[in-house]
Amino acid sequence: MKRYGDFAAVDGISFEVAPGESFGLLGPNGAGKSTTMRMVGAVSTRTAGDLSVLGLDPDAFGPEIRSQLGVVPQSDNLDTELRVRENLLVYGRYFGLPGRLVAKRADELLAFAQLEEKGKAKVDSLSGGMKRRLTIARALINDPRVLLLDEPTTGLDPQARHILWDRLFRLKEQGTTLLLTTHYMDEAEQLCDRLVVVDKGTIMAEGTPAELIRRYSSREVLEVRFGSDRNSEVAERLVGIGDRMEVLPDRILVYSDDGEAELVRITDAGLHPITSLVRRSSLEDVFLRLTGRSLIE
Amino acid sequence: MSHGLSTEPRSDTARAIAGGRKPRRWGAWYVALHRFRVMKSYTGTVVVAGIGNPLIYLYALGVGLATIVDVDLGGVSYLVFVAPALLASAAITVASEEFTYPIMLGYKWNPTFTGMSASPLRPTQIVDGVMISVAVRMTVNLLLFFALILVFGAAPSPIAFLMIPAGLLGGLAFGAVLMGYTSTLEEDTGQLAMVMRFVVLPMTLFSGTFFPLSTFPIALQWIGWISPLWHSTELARVFSYGYAEPIWLTVVHVAYLVALVAIGWAWARRIAVRRLGR
Ligand SMILES: Nc1ncnc2c1ncn2[C@@H]1O[C@H](COP(=O)(O)OP(=O)(O)OP(=O)(O)O)[C@@H](O)[C@H]1O
Ligand SMILES: [Mg+2]
Repeated sequence: MKRYGDFAAVDGISFEVAPGESFGLLGPNGAGKSTTMRMVGAVSTRTAGDLSVLGLDPDAFGPEIRSQLGVVPQSDNLDTELRVRENLLVYGRYFGLPGRLVAKRADELLAFAQLEEKGKAKVDSLSGGMKRRLTIARALINDPRVLLLDEPTTGLDPQARHILWDRLFRLKEQGTTLLLTTHYMDEAEQLCDRLVVVDKGTIMAEGTPAELIRRYSSREVLEVRFGSDRNSEVAERLVGIGDRMEVLPDRILVYSDDGEAELVRITDAGLHPITSLVRRSSLEDVFLRLTGRSLIE
Repeated sequence: MSHGLSTEPRSDTARAIAGGRKPRRWGAWYVALHRFRVMKSYTGTVVVAGIGNPLIYLYALGVGLATIVDVDLGGVSYLVFVAPALLASAAITVASEEFTYPIMLGYKWNPTFTGMSASPLRPTQIVDGVMISVAVRMTVNLLLFFALILVFGAAPSPIAFLMIPAGLLGGLAFGAVLMGYTSTLEEDTGQLAMVMRFVVLPMTLFSGTFFPLSTFPIALQWIGWISPLWHSTELARVFSYGYAEPIWLTVVHVAYLVALVAIGWAWARRIAVRRLGR
C-alpha cells in the first residue's frame, strides 16, 4: 500500500510472481501501476503492507534486490549530458561490474537496440523510439534476473515493438522474470502468462489472458456503428440481442458466442449498421466489462 | 494490502546478496565517477576559468586597487592581504556552480538521480558522490589558484599551502548547505538566481574579503560572523602570512565550517532519501 498524503495510490494490490514467470499489470491512467512498479523495484517505500522481492525485504536489502533488477521506467531518464554508449558504460558501473565486462555488454546491447551507429551520438539527437530502446538496453546491462517494464513499448513503431517482444520472449525463455505494465491489450496477450487488472489502486481481476476473457467476456464480439448520434437510440431497440451489450459513443459492442448470427438478427430487425465487424474477444473487452471504461481514454 | 514476489530459489537470493556487496561499499565513488565524466565535457572551461580568474583578480585588486588602498592591514601589502580571500571566494564560486544547477538537473530536469536510484546505489551515496566529485574539482581550482598566488609572490608563510584545505573547507561548508537547499526545490522559479544575488554576492562583499571586517560598521559585521567565507578567509590568512588572531578564534573557524559541512551534508542526504523514495 502506498499513500501520498491522504490519497491512497495503491491500496490492496496483492500478487505473487514465480521465478521465470511473466506477469502483467493492466489498468487505466492513474491506476497505481507505476507506483506498484517502483515499490517492487525497491525504490519507493511502502506506507504499509508486506513485500518480498527475490526473497528479500526491500526496506533492508534495497541495493541487493536492485542489483538483480533491470528497470525500464515509464519515462526515460537517460543521461543527456553523456553520449549514447557512455550511458550504458556509466550505468553498468553503478552495479560494481568490471569496466571490461560492461564495455563488452554495452556493445552487444547497442546491437540489440539497433543503435550501433549511434554509440557516439548525443542522447538528445535520438528519436523518441531510439531513446526507449536505449533505456531498455540500459536495463539489461547487469544481466538482470527480474525485468521491470513500465509501458515498455509506448512510443515504439510496430516493427520495433515486435522486435522487442521477440527479445523479451527470449529473455523469458532464459529464465528471466518479467513484470510489466501496459495499456496495450495485444502486448499483454502476447507477453503475459498471467495478469491483474488494476483500477484505482486495487485489483479488479486476476488470471491468464485466456481465463480472463472466458470469465468476463464472450467468445466473439460484434461491433456495429450507426453513426455517433444514433448509437444510443438504436441500442434500445437491440435489447435481447447477444449475451450482453456495451454502448460506446462511437459504436455498440454485442457480446456473443456467434457474432455473425447476431448480425443477422440485427438486420432481420430492420436495422442497418453503417459498418459491422465480428472479432474475437480481447482483454480490452474484459477491461471494459470490469471498469465500464475503455483502457485508452 | 500486500504484494510480493514468491520465494525465489536460494540461488537468486544469494546472487542478490553478492550483487549488493560492491555497490554498498563503493556506490558513492561510482557516482563521483559519473560526475567526473560529466565534468570532463567542461574541463576546458574549468581550467581556463581556473587560471584566468585568479590572474585577473590578483592583478586588478592586488596590484591595481592596492595603489589606492590606505588601510592598516597589520603590516602586509594589500596583495598579500587580499590573495587568501580571493582564493577562498573562488571555492565559494565553484560551490555555487556545482551545487545548484547540476542538483536541479539530477532531481528534475534530466533525472539522472532517479535513474541511479533504480540501480543498487542508495540515495545517500548519490549525495556523497556529488560531494566527493565537487571536492575534487574544487581542489583542482584551489591548486591552480595557489600556484598563481605563488607566482605573484603573495604568500610569504612556509605553511601557506594550508590555504588550500582552508578554502576547500569553506567552499564545502557553503556548498553542503546550498546542496541541502537546492534539493528541497521542486521547481526553480528564480530561487537559485536569488541565492546568487542575495546570498553569494553580499557574502563576498561583507566577509572581510576586500577590507578587514573590523572596518565595517558593527551593524554589518554579523554577516561576516555567520558567513562561511569570512571564516575560511581568516583561516587562509593565518596560514598565508601568519595573520595574528587568538588561537581560540582559529579553532572557532574550523569548528564552525566543519559543523556547516556536517549539517548541510546530513540535510541533503535526508532530502535525497525522502525525495527519491517517493
Ligand atoms: N509522487 C507522487 N505524489 C503524489 N501523488 C502521486 C505521486 N506519484 C503518483 N501519484 C498518484 O498516484 C496515483 C497512481 O499513479 P501511478 O503513476 O502509479 O499510475 P499509473 O497506473 O502508472 O498511471 P499511468 O497509466 O498514467 O502511467 C495517481 O493518482 C497519481 O496522481
Ligand atoms: Mg504509469
